[in-house]
Amino acid sequence: MSKRIEVNDLNVYYSKFLAVEGVSLTIEPRTVTALIGPSGCGKSTFLRTLNRMHEVIPGAYVKGEVLIDGNNLYGPGVDPVLVRRQVGMVFQRPNPFPTMSIGDNVLAGVKLNNRRMAKSDADDLIEKSLRGANLWNEVKDRLDKPGSSLSGGQQQRLCIARAIAVQPDVILMDEPCSALDPISTLAIEDLIEEMKADYTIVIVTHNMQQASRVSDRTGFFNIAGTGKPGRLIEYSDTTTIFSNPSIQATEDYVSGRFG
Amino acid sequence: MTTIVARDTIRAPQRAGDRIFSTATVVAGSLILAVLAAVAAFLLVQSLPAFVATPADFKGDAANFWAYVWPLAFGTLWSALLALLIAIPLAIGIALFISHYAPRKLAQGLGYIIDLLAAVPSVVFGLWGIGVLAPLLQPFYTSLVEWFGWIPLFAGPVSGTGRTILTVSIVLAVMVLPIITAICREIFLQTPVLYEEASLALGATRWEMIAMAVLPFGRSGIISASMLGLGRALGETMAVAMVLSPSPQVIFALLTSQNPTTIAANIALNFPEAHGTGVNILLATGLVLFVITLAVNMVARVIINRRKAFSGAN
Amino acid sequence: MSTTTVAVPLTNSLTAGKLPRHSGPVVLLVSWLVTAAVFLIVQLSGASTSFNVAGTLFFGTVLYCIAIYLLSFFVEGVRKAKDRLVTALVTAAFVIALLPLISLVATTVISGLPAFLTPTFFTSSQRNVVGPGGGALHAVIGTLLITGLATLISVPIGLLSAIYLTEYGRGRLARAITFFVDVMTGIPSIVAGLFAFALFSLLFNDPGIRFGFGGAIALSVLMIPVVVRSSEEMLKLVPNELREAAYALGVPKWLTILKVVLPTSLAGIVTGIMISISRVIGETAPLLIISGFTASMNYDLFNERMMTLPVFVYTQYANQGTDTQAYLDRAWAGALTLILIVMVLNALARLIAKLFSPKLGR
Repeated sequence: MSKRIEVNDLNVYYSKFLAVEGVSLTIEPRTVTALIGPSGCGKSTFLRTLNRMHEVIPGAYVKGEVLIDGNNLYGPGVDPVLVRRQVGMVFQRPNPFPTMSIGDNVLAGVKLNNRRMAKSDADDLIEKSLRGANLWNEVKDRLDKPGSSLSGGQQQRLCIARAIAVQPDVILMDEPCSALDPISTLAIEDLIEEMKADYTIVIVTHNMQQASRVSDRTGFFNIAGTGKPGRLIEYSDTTTIFSNPSIQATEDYVSGRFG
Repeated sequence: MTTIVARDTIRAPQRAGDRIFSTATVVAGSLILAVLAAVAAFLLVQSLPAFVATPADFKGDAANFWAYVWPLAFGTLWSALLALLIAIPLAIGIALFISHYAPRKLAQGLGYIIDLLAAVPSVVFGLWGIGVLAPLLQPFYTSLVEWFGWIPLFAGPVSGTGRTILTVSIVLAVMVLPIITAICREIFLQTPVLYEEASLALGATRWEMIAMAVLPFGRSGIISASMLGLGRALGETMAVAMVLSPSPQVIFALLTSQNPTTIAANIALNFPEAHGTGVNILLATGLVLFVITLAVNMVARVIINRRKAFSGAN
Repeated sequence: MSTTTVAVPLTNSLTAGKLPRHSGPVVLLVSWLVTAAVFLIVQLSGASTSFNVAGTLFFGTVLYCIAIYLLSFFVEGVRKAKDRLVTALVTAAFVIALLPLISLVATTVISGLPAFLTPTFFTSSQRNVVGPGGGALHAVIGTLLITGLATLISVPIGLLSAIYLTEYGRGRLARAITFFVDVMTGIPSIVAGLFAFALFSLLFNDPGIRFGFGGAIALSVLMIPVVVRSSEEMLKLVPNELREAAYALGVPKWLTILKVVLPTSLAGIVTGIMISISRVIGETAPLLIISGFTASMNYDLFNERMMTLPVFVYTQYANQGTDTQAYLDRAWAGALTLILIVMVLNALARLIAKLFSPKLGR
């Protein structure tokens, strides 16, 4: 289920503005990769290029290539919709669909695509996905309640369950804990640790402790100044980045000297 | 590694659903533009005969189309202008009351009540204008003419029924009130709290705060709201048609039984019996009305849009 | 326990002359009473036959504005007096706006109720009715048919355009549509009627054409911009995060719009549509021109003249027969029916908005 991601010399543009420049890295299957860096350095933008979600923003486009198990996401004739079914995403703020119940939210990816499903299969998928997101025990008695009736942390785990239900190979997380309290954050971090067994996970975070807790490898993004493109400064094992970085800027950042 | 690898799992052209759906929305949107163009085009085509019509085709003693339409256009503008003079101060007052004076909890409900005025059909306003308002105002008109008859606007002889251009303007004012109020209210509510608090912190009373912060901020909004109100007042038909007994001429006196009528009311009154070139003439006056209101509305919208871009209220 | 009292200064430096707390309402009440007394004297002296309620309220309020200004001017000073005057004026403006609404509703109910309650009003037409009696069934049916068809035309076009503007539209076409939709909301209703007439009389080469379908077209011209505007507002309220969530699940754009965006804003859109219906259901002028009027039933939108409620009200008033009162009564009863329909539509719209809007967590 889990796949390798290769990025080769990727540039991201907003219309004429070069937002991210020359990113090349390889993400191994069944690992957690954290992307850290100051605000506005392009890490979220880069993350979105991994499932072509940047295209939602008008004028955004990409040069370079992203290979998932050898398939280029930006090759001719590639359908972004199919890309996103393989590369799921969890957002900064929990965003369950307000018109759907908890159960329907989990099934959203299937149902919204007009696919029919037997009732028993659907129930199985709900249970499996919610278990996968460590939420089953908390909500199994109220699957028909609206998703917005849950707490923020539960909603975020519901969103993770929703992403899992489409059975993707890769899951991208864009600051998934920044809107949550410490307890809920801990629950999500534990969940990421468990999910590593099945998925390739890429997580953007502002919280360096979080990066050091959950990730195997860490990429540090930075910009030279306003108006300049963001770059991948250093990409290495998490322990190396936090204890013995090879570049001065990385050390300044992780030791809290700026950013 | 850099060459493109076989994409057997990831491949799809643009999907049909997407294409059909987005095309449908584009078509619908363009249809609106087409309708507006069609309104202008068909009115123009059908009103061409009116411009070459002979004097015999016109009701009354107009020599050509422009002589026929001028008193009507005057009546349209005159009654709309009077209505605005009444409605604007009231609307600003009401909008201020709802946005800055009424208790917060009540404000929304009070807004709904004013909006109810907009929901009353114009024909009912017409009935009310003749049945209630005109008789109610007639005694006041009599006294006005008695005391202020030396002012040309209030010159006699007073109308015995109260069905004068001033009554019409009051009815029109009530009808455009909700539009102007609604826009002013929105704009007053958008006044940055920072400005308001700044002036209050300088020791201003509530009125001084409004004069210093709210009204200057909302000025262009008030102007465009008034323009939209003007557009509505210009095009209002039934209330005018029912209340006035028309005599198409240019008269400024407000309280006599000789009153100019409006383009819209003239059409409504004469259309059912019109035939031949008469129909074309009425259509042509409609075209004139369309052009006037279109111009007024476009100016109003341009002001609103420019304000949106520079207001910094977001 | 005795404590030594510290000498308190007799006046706090922050206080100033101030009117007692409830002086505003008291002065208002007194002003009304004084004016009422004046009008009562006028009535008793025989100059007028009935007590003038509207006059009392109006002039009483004017008197209040003057009284509170003077009172405050002498007690509290000029700045405070101005503030009080404006407060009084602003409140008065609101009250003055309420007077016509109350008067209008009251008159309609009182004058309309007798004919409204006659058993034939909703069961028969005006066919062959000369004096009292008959009903408005033909007008009610006509209004329902024409407004219904106008809604069927306007809602798809309006909604799709709104979707185009919020979800797809960019660049010149979108800007043009937004601008002209705004401009179209200002088209005079009678011009819409003339347009429909010009269109169909050319199409069918019939210089005296009158039929219900034309009325529906005219009403659509008036209704579409309202539907676009309100639907657009509602679609914009749907947070972008929901769209992104759906895209990230691999849902194509059109299904995202159909199954996520539309359901989320459905209550608001329905509310907007109902309010736009209530706007056009009372339109008289365009229907007078293109649908005409008749005294008989007509269920066929594509043939012959068709009566509608607003036109019914107008013709009953405009062509009063020998028994004037019967015609006026029917006109008011028609007006009452219209107002009831409009109010019910508005109330339903608010109710739907309140009950069915999803919580967007804001």
